[in-house]
Amino acid sequence: MKSVIFRAVAPFLTSLMVLFSIFVLLRGHNEPGGGFIGGLIAVSALAIYGIACGVETVRRAIYFHPMAIAGAGLFAATVAGLISIAARVPFMTGLWIYPSVLGLEVPLSTVMLFDCGVYLVVVGAISSIALSLEERGGE
Amino acid sequence: MDVAALTFLALALPFVGALVAPLLTRLLGHNAAWVLALFPAAIVLHFARFWPDVAKGEVVTGGYAWIPSFNVSFSWLIDGLSLTFVLLIAGIGMLIVLYSGGYLKGHPQQGRFFSFILMFMGSMLGLVVSDSFLMLFVFWELTSITSFLLIGFDHSREAARRAALQALIVTGGGGLFLLAGLLIIWNVSGVTQLSLLMAFGTEMRESPFYLAALILVLGGAFTKSAQFPFHFWLPNAMEAPTPVSAYLHSATMVKAGVYLLMRLNPVLGGTPEWQILLPLFGGATLVIGAALACRQTDLKLMLAYTTMASLGLLVMLTGLGFPHAIEAAALYLVAHSLFKGALFMVAGIVDHETGARDVTRLGGLRSAMPLTFVIALAAAFSMGGLFPFFGFIAKEEIYYALSGFDRRSVVFAAIAILGNALMFAVAFAVALKPFIGAKVETPKAAHEAPVLLWLGPALLAAKGLSAALLSGLTHELVSTPMASAISGEPRAVTMSVVPHVGVPLAMSTATALIGIVFYLKLDRLRGFIAAILADIGWGPDRGFDQLIRGLVRFSVGLTRRLQSGRLDVYMTATFILVAFVLLVVPLTYGELPRAPFFAPDVPLHELAIMAIAVIGLVAVVLAPDRLTAIVSLGIQGFAVAVIFLLYGAPDLAFTQFMIETLSVVVLALVMTRLRLSPSDHRPLAQKVPDFAIALACGLGFGLMLLKTTGVPFDATLTEFFNLYSKSIAHGANVVNVIIVDFRGTDTLGEIAVVMVTGLAILSLVRLRAGSLRRIADNDPDAEERA
Repeated sequence: MKSVIFRAVAPFLTSLMVLFSIFVLLRGHNEPGGGFIGGLIAVSALAIYGIACGVETVRRAIYFHPMAIAGAGLFAATVAGLISIAARVPFMTGLWIYPSVLGLEVPLSTVMLFDCGVYLVVVGAISSIALSLEERGGE
Repeated sequence: MDVAALTFLALALPFVGALVAPLLTRLLGHNAAWVLALFPAAIVLHFARFWPDVAKGEVVTGGYAWIPSFNVSFSWLIDGLSLTFVLLIAGIGMLIVLYSGGYLKGHPQQGRFFSFILMFMGSMLGLVVSDSFLMLFVFWELTSITSFLLIGFDHSREAARRAALQALIVTGGGGLFLLAGLLIIWNVSGVTQLSLLMAFGTEMRESPFYLAALILVLGGAFTKSAQFPFHFWLPNAMEAPTPVSAYLHSATMVKAGVYLLMRLNPVLGGTPEWQILLPLFGGATLVIGAALACRQTDLKLMLAYTTMASLGLLVMLTGLGFPHAIEAAALYLVAHSLFKGALFMVAGIVDHETGARDVTRLGGLRSAMPLTFVIALAAAFSMGGLFPFFGFIAKEEIYYALSGFDRRSVVFAAIAILGNALMFAVAFAVALKPFIGAKVETPKAAHEAPVLLWLGPALLAAKGLSAALLSGLTHELVSTPMASAISGEPRAVTMSVVPHVGVPLAMSTATALIGIVFYLKLDRLRGFIAAILADIGWGPDRGFDQLIRGLVRFSVGLTRRLQSGRLDVYMTATFILVAFVLLVVPLTYGELPRAPFFAPDVPLHELAIMAIAVIGLVAVVLAPDRLTAIVSLGIQGFAVAVIFLLYGAPDLAFTQFMIETLSVVVLALVMTRLRLSPSDHRPLAQKVPDFAIALACGLGFGLMLLKTTGVPFDATLTEFFNLYSKSIAHGANVVNVIIVDFRGTDTLGEIAVVMVTGLAILSLVRLRAGSLRRIADNDPDAEERA
């Protein structure tokens, strides 16, 4: 993309969108949001970055192969289910703990791990499609 | 640990060995065989503890629940039959591990080989001790799969790959017959365990499904045990390294079919069908196998065909229903495992040390390989049924069982004598011909084999002698419990090694004399059989190739017809079907919705948004070029998302926004890749039907939506989720809680689909036009032309 303004703004826009996507992911349990929507926002962010600065830059920025990210997500989601088996309750039963971090009670759960897995799968799978299309599209 | 846990451990042990084998081989080289042989040794030791009880005629069962809701368990049944098999499998397996240590010394993939052999051993052990049907089937197919790996071990050779695939298709396919047969037996008897099934013999035999069950079970057993006409895979399996041939294709796996028949004999046996089908196929296999063995000159192939003949003899004996036929089958099975295993290993030694295994190009090896010669002779004596080896006792018992004077006995006695005489000739052609006569120059200078190679066959040959000399003990520990287990009632085996004058001995002598004549005239016999085969000119092996070729040709033709490779054809077909389902089904059944009801006071902003959606649609249709059409489609999508937002579904709206954005981006990217012309140039003759299909689909969806929203809404689930979302799932956003918690397993499946779809699209995108493999590449006709 030739536009200088777009290229200058894109990194900031992308960072903001990725940040926002994580925010949407985390608040999802109580407010509109969640892993799926968050993942889609992050993919759009990466797609914008790719259009602005080239696919190579995006690939360097996310470091891992997108499919590896998706694989890690699927793995995390499965582990979230398997933890319940280790705790001798049926597969996929939500388990919660409330550790105290710096005097603040933080609710953590296998459900949250699962949602993060969904987020990663969506980010990885869809961005890998989008990136490979962008990459070859210009040939 | 209790016995059950130890037995489970013993059954798992070969697989553990398979895991560590590659590492051990990397550390110790071929000497890893000494360590790996400890695994089967431990199994032998463990199962030997059941010996005293089993010899008394007891049946040991045990196991764990596996899928209790389907009454499926992981359970074992140890009686005279399975214990004999276990000891043969683990005992010979131990010798084979040692033998392959020497045979594949220095082979870069020796670790992998050990791994496969041990995996096979574990599958075979599981098969013979299985009590539950499902476990039997699983291990049955596992032996097919591991045998596929072993036959195709030398995978760089095409012949090995073909043989492996052939064995897998024939025996694995037969396994499916077995599964169907077992399911019928389960349905008729209502039990899922062999040990419980024994009480249902009468019900089974009188059931109208008896014949179907019998034929299906025989389909499994005959393919596995290489009965004519399914025998062709067995000689081809000789492409495997010799330890595999010695172990799988003589001593153990091919006996699985015989094992199954013996195991089911008390349940399915004794009927006229059983007593016709088994002796018929067994007898045919015996004679054809023995004759084909004489035709061969390759040591391994000669032995392979005699194995087929021996399996035929076993099936025949199992089915005859004569008194003492079962005892004869039990004795011959043990004798065969011992001598055939030894002879195969001898053939391997000759091949390994001289570089040749064609019997016409070998001779005079006795001075270079005296020990191998002695081992070979001992095994051949047993195979020929000569005094004082175990084969002699088995043969006496066979002839004792067949020495009646009715027509059936005489026919089968003649078949047995002919088959045995031919096998006698082959046994000595393998064990005598290469060692006597003038010395023939071989590719490698012949010398005696190292200890790892001769130890196994020597022990097996010695076992064949000692088992005969201590026949009282052998019968007490092995033959009697085994025969009793097969027949389902106590049977005592008493045949002693001391020859008794009588009809059986006369038949034995006749067999040996005819065998000697065959041996002396072997070259002429070979030419004779070859001429007959040339006249027939077709065999099941060719038939298999024709079948596979025909199958491939059929699927290529079908694929060509169904898959034109043109996206517009697929889309048209799909949408016509959709329109058909959506319109024709409601019209036929009179399920059209009532006219929609419009609220009188729709707020202005909602009307405006709907208008935007409609404008987006009109823009799509009228757009001058494709890019504008895609973006206009986005307008419509956003308008719908806003409607979702207005009606209280923020999550849905949110997702819809993102999906619309991304689909516009992705569609635009795809368009640039496809290098289409910027605008649409369909001729009118195509535009009109496309428009009609689109209209029909749209109309159909509209009607369906009206209909579904017209149905009174059932709020049970909504109430449930609203009630419990916060209280038990700790989340206020019901939609998210449903996705990640209430229906989390669904979501797990969905994200797996997302991932797989991503992988598929990625590989499609990466395919360059040049590397596109067309369907034609799999076309057998094209291969022939090339």
